[in-house]
Amino acid sequence: MLQLFTIRRVKKATHQTVRLLIMVAITFFGLLFITFLIGRVVPIDPVLAVVGDKASPEVYQQARLAMGLDLPVWRQFFIYMGSVLHGDLGTSVLTAKPVLQDILRVFPATLELAVIATCIGIFVGIPLGVFSAVKRGSFLDHITRVIGLLGYSLPIFWLGLLALIVFYAKLDLLPGPGRIDVFYEDIVDPVTGIMLIDCIIAREWDIFWNALAHIIMPATLLGYYSMAYLSRMTRSFMIEQLRQEYILTARVKGVAEWRVIWGHALGNCAIPLITVVALSFGTLLEGSVLTETVFAWPGLGLYLTKSLLNADMNSVLGSTIVVGTIFLGVNLFSDFLYKVLDPRAR
Amino acid sequence: MNDSGHLLDVKDLTVSFPSPRGEVCAVKNVSFSLGHEKIGIVGESGSGKSVTGRAILRLLPPYAHIHATAITFQEKDLLSFSEQEMRRIRGRQISMVMQDPKYSLNPVRTVGEQIREAYTIHRKVPRRQARQQTLEMLTAVRIRNPEQVYRLYPHEVSGGMGQRIMIAMMLIPEPSLLIADEPTSALDVTVQLQVLAILDDLVTQRGMGLIFISHDLELVASFCDRIIIMYGGRIMEVVDAANLHQSTHPYTRGLLNCLPRIDGDKGKLSTLQRDASWLDADFSATAGGK
Repeated sequence: MLQLFTIRRVKKATHQTVRLLIMVAITFFGLLFITFLIGRVVPIDPVLAVVGDKASPEVYQQARLAMGLDLPVWRQFFIYMGSVLHGDLGTSVLTAKPVLQDILRVFPATLELAVIATCIGIFVGIPLGVFSAVKRGSFLDHITRVIGLLGYSLPIFWLGLLALIVFYAKLDLLPGPGRIDVFYEDIVDPVTGIMLIDCIIAREWDIFWNALAHIIMPATLLGYYSMAYLSRMTRSFMIEQLRQEYILTARVKGVAEWRVIWGHALGNCAIPLITVVALSFGTLLEGSVLTETVFAWPGLGLYLTKSLLNADMNSVLGSTIVVGTIFLGVNLFSDFLYKVLDPRAR
Repeated sequence: MNDSGHLLDVKDLTVSFPSPRGEVCAVKNVSFSLGHEKIGIVGESGSGKSVTGRAILRLLPPYAHIHATAITFQEKDLLSFSEQEMRRIRGRQISMVMQDPKYSLNPVRTVGEQIREAYTIHRKVPRRQARQQTLEMLTAVRIRNPEQVYRLYPHEVSGGMGQRIMIAMMLIPEPSLLIADEPTSALDVTVQLQVLAILDDLVTQRGMGLIFISHDLELVASFCDRIIIMYGGRIMEVVDAANLHQSTHPYTRGLLNCLPRIDGDKGKLSTLQRDASWLDADFSATAGGK
């Protein structure tokens, strides 16, 4: 009986995985199709971008043939798909390097920022949401809701500039834009690409503190937005859970109130919260274009902006594919966690 | 029937809730006392039976106003207890089984974990011993494969089994009083009797007091020693279960008359005629002791 149960469970899991993989494949195909389409539709001549506007017609024609632009569109699409699947996203006009290599270089900076911001969101936003759900209508609840509202409505570039003016220009408490002071640049070997970890590996403590000081402002700012979102969601999930009858059961058993809240109720909120955290993390990983621009943070967002302003379509489309893939991955991972944590979803 | 000593004494319990239309009185001047016996509280929806049960455990929402001359449990006044002292009473001394196991069990924890928690809150014992105790308790509520059920999640068990699990969870710390708030109303009729039999056995074996809250007059009459009949937050009358059908109170008669009988005449069932004057009369004086 038990064995039968296990076999059924394995079968079900396999079935689900296969279905999931098909879904992922379709989504990825759609992603490629859209990026390809964008590449054809935008009024930027890819040939001109490579050869320059002073090239002779012969050179232009040669480049066009070399890029396969004379082939039928559907064949171009398959060639494009083939090369993307081989990890070839084309060459950046701006840096003259393969786009994938460029992205791998800038991505750790974005990752570093996103991880710290998400940590702030989780460790400040979730407790804040819990407190304000428990003490509904209290002063703390109102404060949390105002913070959340501001987080939703204030444009991040404005808040970023304001922070720079106050903490960098006026008070001189924190360093200005960039990942590190110019003085320290290119000293530490980029082993992981994540500055703080690289500094620890190289035991360059001065540079570590400098990098940490640099990351405080952009990370706090992004963390604030993540926190605003998470605290709001946590609050509403918690209010919903605290109304449930199993909470009364726990109290009847004599469970201490803090365990009722942080164990029983939050345990049930954890499941929907995973999706929310994953989505917010995914958004941050896409490169926070505005924040990275304001703080001159050399991450994916800044790379994307620069490429866009220079009509470097290969980089733009390549970044779009990478961002889309990351989002797909984060979603898959949150689905997986969901299944692990929620016994009803297994 | 062990009737030595009073377990619980409720004197002049009044519970009200604030509402946009002023204070709403859910329970008014309710007094009764309970030994190691089974007492039923019967009434329609909104008659204040559940609120009474929850007020004893002091588990009403914080905005509820509870007033009472005294709620005495084993010579201790529960109203004077701090929240922390109350927690040592809850589960350990007074426990409660709720209506629907589908909602009253935590959906993301295994059954075993939840029962074990009820035990370990009140007793510092090694994990293995607590587990052993849990399995024994599951056996006591007539679950045949406790090892397997221990690992199940609430959504994987049936309603009847869920309620047996609930009973196991509430009885594992060996409380002396159990409040059963409509414990069988959400269950299938065929399962109801099973669950009741288990509840009855365990309560009798352990010599516990039981407050059985229900809207089912006949069920309560067959199960309890005494019956408190409530209407509009007041006690209408207290009768011995054996004498229920001799009751003369108009409300009790009304409740009895609107029950269909298999052997009775097949005419129209009478509807309950309510009388506002019942709410003013003070019947609670008759409710003290046997």
